[in-house]
Amino acid sequence: MFKVLDDNHEFDTQISFDGKDHLVPSNITVAAAALLIGVKSIRETPVTGAKRMPLCMMGVCYECLMKIDGVGNQRSCQTLVRQGMVIERQIGATEVEAEYYEA
Amino acid sequence: MQYDVIVIGGGMVGAATAYGLAKQGQKVLVLDGEDLTLSASKANFGLVWVQGKGWDHAPYAQWCQIATNLWPELSDELKATQVDISYQRRGGFDFCINEQEWQERESMMSALWKNTDGMFEYEMLNHSKLKKMIPEISKSVIGASFSPQDGHVDPLALLQALCKAMQNLGVTYMGNCLVEAITPTHGEYVVKGAKGVFTAGKIVLCAGLANGQLGEQLGMNIPVVAERGQVLITERLKPFLKWPTLNVRQTAQGTVQIGDSHEDVGLNDGTTPEVLKQIAQRAVLMFPLLSSVHLVRAWGGLRILTPDGNPIYQQSTSNPGVFSVTCHSGVTLAAAHAGPLCDWILGDSYLPVIEQFSMDRFDV
Repeated sequence: MFKVLDDNHEFDTQISFDGKDHLVPSNITVAAAALLIGVKSIRETPVTGAKRMPLCMMGVCYECLMKIDGVGNQRSCQTLVRQGMVIERQIGATEVEAEYYEA
Repeated sequence: MQYDVIVIGGGMVGAATAYGLAKQGQKVLVLDGEDLTLSASKANFGLVWVQGKGWDHAPYAQWCQIATNLWPELSDELKATQVDISYQRRGGFDFCINEQEWQERESMMSALWKNTDGMFEYEMLNHSKLKKMIPEISKSVIGASFSPQDGHVDPLALLQALCKAMQNLGVTYMGNCLVEAITPTHGEYVVKGAKGVFTAGKIVLCAGLANGQLGEQLGMNIPVVAERGQVLITERLKPFLKWPTLNVRQTAQGTVQIGDSHEDVGLNDGTTPEVLKQIAQRAVLMFPLLSSVHLVRAWGGLRILTPDGNPIYQQSTSNPGVFSVTCHSGVTLAAAHAGPLCDWILGDSYLPVIEQFSMDRFDV
């Protein structure tokens, strides 16, 4: 559905999206990459489990929250892709990181 | 239009009172302010709480017991509105981070126990007992007071449920209707508001901080001042905290609400980085796992404080039929306002403890 307008873009950045590897252009946001890959939903809401997609693409609406490199609830429209980035759909509420528990 | 009672203020206190009056068959009109009118009901923490309330004033301790014990009944009644208020009464904690806090708390709790003739139930838990109940607690917390009588509720949903419930019983709700004047005429009261002129035999002032100036018009000097509290809200998290605490609670939808600041800044209900930092630091000190959590909102709200912190329930002596219901803790007291307080307003036989909240106590 979505395509890159500039033909000179190289698909040189490898990201993992829900366990599958994809090559996408550098200097695009994770939300843009998700649209480019053609995923059906990028998260499920914590209260009703409704499936969502990025909406405003400018950091305001918080619809595009995803788990990026292990950290939940990241605004994917405000995060640029990076070589080797691990991206997962945000399913429900995020879990507090166990490593922050005190011994 | 002619009503039995006009309730001025449609917040937690006004809505609960109007609901209670309607339950007793009264024809009630609620006049509410505007969207930007100062509103404690839309800024509060949602605790239904007895711990600490009334340790230095026995009638208030007893009144809070009455209110919290009536709460399950109110919660059941509000189910008919189909608004999920997420009411829970599993108990609540107030943490101590040093020996001094522990000792002060212990004497406060025992004073409260005495003030309620042993009705107040509580336990002082040392760190290891506390850790068994809340594994996420930090070792900086040396212990806590716990009362099984405490609980919490979604305060915005509660306000919505009360408004719906009162309207289901025939109460007329009129928003955007600031009151300009209240005039006694032939044993009745004429209220001029932004949307019209209304008459009733009884007037109940439930307008929070505005009760001061409304009372003045009727010869009542209601002493009330604002105290600001600031609140932080986190992203939604998987449930980790089963019980509410005085400064940190996790809502049914997963957000964590962090608060408990006290400032005297007049009618300014904004937020400041300094205070938000303090409340965040205290929360992280207690729950280190919160340090990795995103904050999504912050707000300030104004508590409605009387000189001794206890409610003012007073009928005007010069204008009988005019009542002041001026208090903070409108959430905890909602069940008492919807029940026993209405008996007093209607002049039925009522609980004698209510008389202890007259303004006579301020006269020396």
